[in-house]
Amino acid sequence: METERQQPIVEMRGISKSFASVRANRGIDFDVFPGEVHTLLGENGAGKSTLMNILNGLYQPDSGSIRVKGRECRFSSPREAIAAGIGMVHQHFMLVPVLTVWENLVLGLPGLEAVLPRKEVIRKIRELSDRYGLNVEPEAQVWQLSVGEQQRVEILKMLYRNAEVLVLDEPTSVLTPQEVRRLFDTILQMKAEGHGVVFISHKLDEVMEISDRITILRGGEVVETLRGGMATRETLAEKMVGRKVVFAVDKAVLNPGDTVLEAEGICALNDRGLPAIRNLSLSIREGEILGIAGIAGNGQKELCEALSGLRPIQFGRVLLRGKDMTGACPMDFIQAGVSYIPADRKGTGLVGAMNLRENFALKNFWRKPYAKGPFLSWENVAGETGRIVERFGVSTPGLGIPVRNLSGGNQQRLMLGRELSGTPDLIVAMQPTWGLDVGATEFVRDQLLRQRDRGAAVLLVSEDLEEVMALSDRLAVIHKGEIMGIAEDPRCVLEEDLGLMMAGIRRETFPEGEKYR
Amino acid sequence: MKPLFRIERRLDVPVWLNCFIPVGAVAVALAAGAVLLSFLGVSPFEAYKAMARGALGDAWGVSETIVKAIPLTLAGLAVGLAFTMVVWNIGAEGQIVMGALAAVAVVRYAFVDNSAVVLPLMFLAASFAGGLWAGFAGYLKARWNVNETITTLMMNYIAILLADYFIYGPWRDPSSLGFPMTTPFPGAARLPLLWGTRVHVGIFLAVALAVLFRVLYRWTRWGFEIRVIGNNPRAARYAGINDMKNVVLAMFLSGAIAGIAGMTEVAGLQGRLQPGFSGGYGFTAIIVAWLARLNPMATILVSFLLGALLVGGDTLQVVMRLPLASVQVLQGLILFCVLGAEFFRNYRIVPAGREE
Repeated sequence: METERQQPIVEMRGISKSFASVRANRGIDFDVFPGEVHTLLGENGAGKSTLMNILNGLYQPDSGSIRVKGRECRFSSPREAIAAGIGMVHQHFMLVPVLTVWENLVLGLPGLEAVLPRKEVIRKIRELSDRYGLNVEPEAQVWQLSVGEQQRVEILKMLYRNAEVLVLDEPTSVLTPQEVRRLFDTILQMKAEGHGVVFISHKLDEVMEISDRITILRGGEVVETLRGGMATRETLAEKMVGRKVVFAVDKAVLNPGDTVLEAEGICALNDRGLPAIRNLSLSIREGEILGIAGIAGNGQKELCEALSGLRPIQFGRVLLRGKDMTGACPMDFIQAGVSYIPADRKGTGLVGAMNLRENFALKNFWRKPYAKGPFLSWENVAGETGRIVERFGVSTPGLGIPVRNLSGGNQQRLMLGRELSGTPDLIVAMQPTWGLDVGATEFVRDQLLRQRDRGAAVLLVSEDLEEVMALSDRLAVIHKGEIMGIAEDPRCVLEEDLGLMMAGIRRETFPEGEKYR
Repeated sequence: MKPLFRIERRLDVPVWLNCFIPVGAVAVALAAGAVLLSFLGVSPFEAYKAMARGALGDAWGVSETIVKAIPLTLAGLAVGLAFTMVVWNIGAEGQIVMGALAAVAVVRYAFVDNSAVVLPLMFLAASFAGGLWAGFAGYLKARWNVNETITTLMMNYIAILLADYFIYGPWRDPSSLGFPMTTPFPGAARLPLLWGTRVHVGIFLAVALAVLFRVLYRWTRWGFEIRVIGNNPRAARYAGINDMKNVVLAMFLSGAIAGIAGMTEVAGLQGRLQPGFSGGYGFTAIIVAWLARLNPMATILVSFLLGALLVGGDTLQVVMRLPLASVQVLQGLILFCVLGAEFFRNYRIVPAGREE
């Protein structure tokens, strides 16, 4: 390859970094050439973020060297890193919501005049936007922008500062499929302009599509660096996890029983008071997984909350085993055997500052044998928490540590363990594998299938089409809070048809004969 | 230009640091205070010796420190309960006043010449008055999301002025020669004093409540619920915990305990109501709760230490003939350093050039 003869923009050699007793990086070599996309692939906790935070000046390595264009560098802050041409776009954006796009771009730039050169800045933004396909209105305030647009602002910010290497930390995790396409176009354009791009992800399809080279990390060490074209899903997953990974879901025959949940024409508002669920009806039987596919933000969260008592229902009825639960409080739903696995585990499903025991008690403190009169039996709580940790493979140094110190995958295992341990009647799972690595994803899916086989009714909401198609017994598509259609056999439905429904075209309006292909 | 140092967040706090930080902070404060004292022409060494002797040097000093620690502990527990839920009850001062007013009202209008009857009555009235005063702010927050920091703060002034109205007006002691104070309590309405000092039986109440709170937070369902609400209100709702109800309930209890502090002050110490009788205990309690990191047992200890600081300050004024203002500056210095030192618990400073 041509890149071999060029000088790399960034060359990291023998990087090691420890935090207390954890060796996050051990002797890692990593480089980026101009005009290439070099992917860092690895499970949560493999050391990707640590390595990139070292490159970005947030952390200092214990040992090892960083060269930028042949010159030895040592960054003690992101400011120094960007001055050397290295820019990072974090998973969580670092923008000031009340400022405009252009103000955010110049914020913190050294040597600014007292009166900001607004016209000049906006002109330059427009130029960059056009060149890289990063459409954003420079005068818009950041809070008005969608997540995808905010990400574009972050990328623009780095390009504005003449970044030669862009580090994108899990950039696709917040994007819709269409936005992912646009991001990839931008990345290709950056490549063409001679930038180096470091792409961090654990979504294998994306990685294979966009990467020129792929470096796989595991346990803080480099497993291998491969050429993008030589990788297959299976080899990547195997190297990343360290063992063979089965992608096919092994599913028992559907054996549905009585109807558990019935929603009849429900309507609900979102947090801003606008209609989010409109006249939606669905039902789920025992031993059945009803999948809900759809583009993010089409009422999925509101639906889950309405079905677990967290969001008031304006019209319509919710029946649980024939009992009217409309207007019941969250505790009534919990006591009726409804388990809700929220997408936002850190914000809703767990209390970060509390330890594993207390997080188990969160949903069980009212229940015997954990509640004894007005008191809590921490002994009984600890016993069951220990069993969950063991059964669900939560890796933790102990039950007494705050759960925010656990990795995302372990948090999800703990939450899942808690929600599934009480043999729930209905499980409402929202994006249960979001942000998880391959190993944890496999585990979560398997657990949901087990619950289904045990006879629980499962509502599975996911933006991962592949996931809902593989797991669901029936598959509904939601668009603007309405069900566009329900496929009775997800294995026989065409992805294009689902795409049409996701775009808001009702199944009944499909041409005759295409309905049950 | 390279910065000379940078600030890093601590990932874990070593045990020795937890002990060293407050000690170091007081040392810094005393050193700064020494400079101040020297300017005033006083030997800092002598001044500190006088302070220590005054507050802790003899039985009387210790007893006076305890006298101040009692209302501080009660009010510290009170605001600590609200703070545990991340509800900012800044109104303990007003709740103390309301509790005291209710106690006086019982003595004036429902007096029975029997301690066993009238003291429990005063106790109940004081806790209800303080509880309703805080519970009202809690209700406004739960019902319409009215900022409780503002309401509780403002209600302090209402309570204080209301008390002034009664003290200067209808409840003024006719035989007080015009001094603003209410009629002295009859003996039956006074709390028994202990050991021949001014320490009253409120001390048992304070310690018992601290133990009770410890059990509440650690071992009960309700204590767990309010801790969850404080840590993550969204998770609390998700777990089926009724945050509206709990906010009102916790605020009521918080105010009730502050009200009790007011009752023990009037019934234990002054035996009548005077303007400014609380002396800012309700505000100092915020510092107490914070320094004790909302831990009920630590609240007792911190109250004792702050009580010692107050008594030591009084001694300084008398023995060294220092103006009240300079004593307050000294007390302020110590509090400033102790609170400021909290920074070093969470962050550390790494000199430039030194890598970990």
